[in-house]
Amino acid sequence: MIEINNISKSFKGKQVLFNISGTFFKGKNNLIIGSSGTGKSVLLKNIVGLFTPDLGDVKYNERSFINGSEQDRKQIRREIGMLFQGGALFDSKNIEENVKFPLDILTDFPEDEKIDRVNFCLERVGLVNINKKMPSEISGGMKKRVGIARAIVNKPNYLFCDEPNSGLDPQTGIKIDNLIKEITSEYLITTIIVTHDMNSVIEMGDHIMFLLEGKKLWEGTNDEITKSDIKELNDFVFATQLMKQMYLR
Amino acid sequence: MRSLGKYVIFMGSLFTRRETFSTYIRLITQECINVGYNSLFIVGIVSIFMGAVTTIQTAFNLVSPFIPDYVISLVVRDMAILELSPTIIAIIFAGKVGSSIAGELGTMRITEQIDALEVMGINASSYLVLPKVIACVVMYPMLVILSIFLILLGGYFAGTLTGILSSVDYLYGIRYEFIEFNITFAVIKALVFSFLIASISSYKGFFTTGGSLEVGKASTSAVTNSCIAVLLADYALAQLLMG
Repeated sequence: MIEINNISKSFKGKQVLFNISGTFFKGKNNLIIGSSGTGKSVLLKNIVGLFTPDLGDVKYNERSFINGSEQDRKQIRREIGMLFQGGALFDSKNIEENVKFPLDILTDFPEDEKIDRVNFCLERVGLVNINKKMPSEISGGMKKRVGIARAIVNKPNYLFCDEPNSGLDPQTGIKIDNLIKEITSEYLITTIIVTHDMNSVIEMGDHIMFLLEGKKLWEGTNDEITKSDIKELNDFVFATQLMKQMYLR
Repeated sequence: MRSLGKYVIFMGSLFTRRETFSTYIRLITQECINVGYNSLFIVGIVSIFMGAVTTIQTAFNLVSPFIPDYVISLVVRDMAILELSPTIIAIIFAGKVGSSIAGELGTMRITEQIDALEVMGINASSYLVLPKVIACVVMYPMLVILSIFLILLGGYFAGTLTGILSSVDYLYGIRYEFIEFNITFAVIKALVFSFLIASISSYKGFFTTGGSLEVGKASTSAVTNSCIAVLLADYALAQLLMG
């Protein structure tokens, strides 16, 4: 479980996040949604420690990430896996080396054990016989899958996904969503997903936080999201004709 | 002043939260190949031609019958050791290696590869930059020594094959009144210049923001700033060690 308390963040005098608090649950797909430029990714980066909040705290199972010791932070980081928007695969390493990288840095497993684990994770995300390919030789969807394999290779307790299906066709996007959903329930990890894709919200949103202009406006489940009477949330949820037809009929 | 402060803090961050010794050995070896071995061709070509041109131009300007021929190679030797090899090759090195370092780190930054390292708990500046700085500081003095040798070799062929001076005069000139400290001076310059080029280029690349356009700008800025820093350091070292 991850708790955030009163997270505020500003850049060069411009406040981007305003006192955001909330809880993200274990074994659930916790979604942070909102329009572009509303502070979703900034909030995620504050949670994983890529940014330090101006105010507030982030707690991983009661352990403070912001105010804790360097040793605590190091330990928490070892329990984190993250899927970046573009995959963020290392260009100079092949797929196997990319997935194996966290094991090389964070563990002292024997080499054959690492390779077994890498092969298991690649197989788990549906990729076989691409170990020796370079990131430039595979498609965007495959890069995301490799990114997921790298995120889960060290058996994380927390998985973070920054717009996992952006730039993908709808079918591949749904496959990636389903994969994340399966992995979350299979390994009982706390997953936080930043997205503005309503398909993902409906398909996999166990617990949803809606941000508007850096403020938390709503929190609930995907059953509740379509029944809200908050105008800004409804504008976001029913922005497409498809959603309107599905729910407002 | 703000940039200078940020640069100093960045340099300090290279030595905090370090990885294991064996990790650095592997990374430094790879970087030595990138910055040293892969620069051999350009350094070799430039050095040989600089030696040849310097010899011909020195001979062209020394027309007095009272000046012996061996002075030509003496001038080439001192120019090579004191200025051409450490400084001019540093400018070439900044263009090749500096822009490559800034481009690589800038691309890693905008494609979130650096963020990925940080999320894993790795100090990205130490992991990515320290091996590059060490590799440059180790390899560049070797390139300078090689360059001095190739300048003298280029001068020898240009001088003797065109009949400007005899082989005996050339060899006499490059040994005449040789000051050993000049080699030490060249190596000190090489160490300082390589550190400046590697660190400034890394700094420019590491803090790139935006997209591919900014990566290009960071590379250009890395080369420009490295060249200015090298020239300022060249003057300061000359004043300090020879003044």
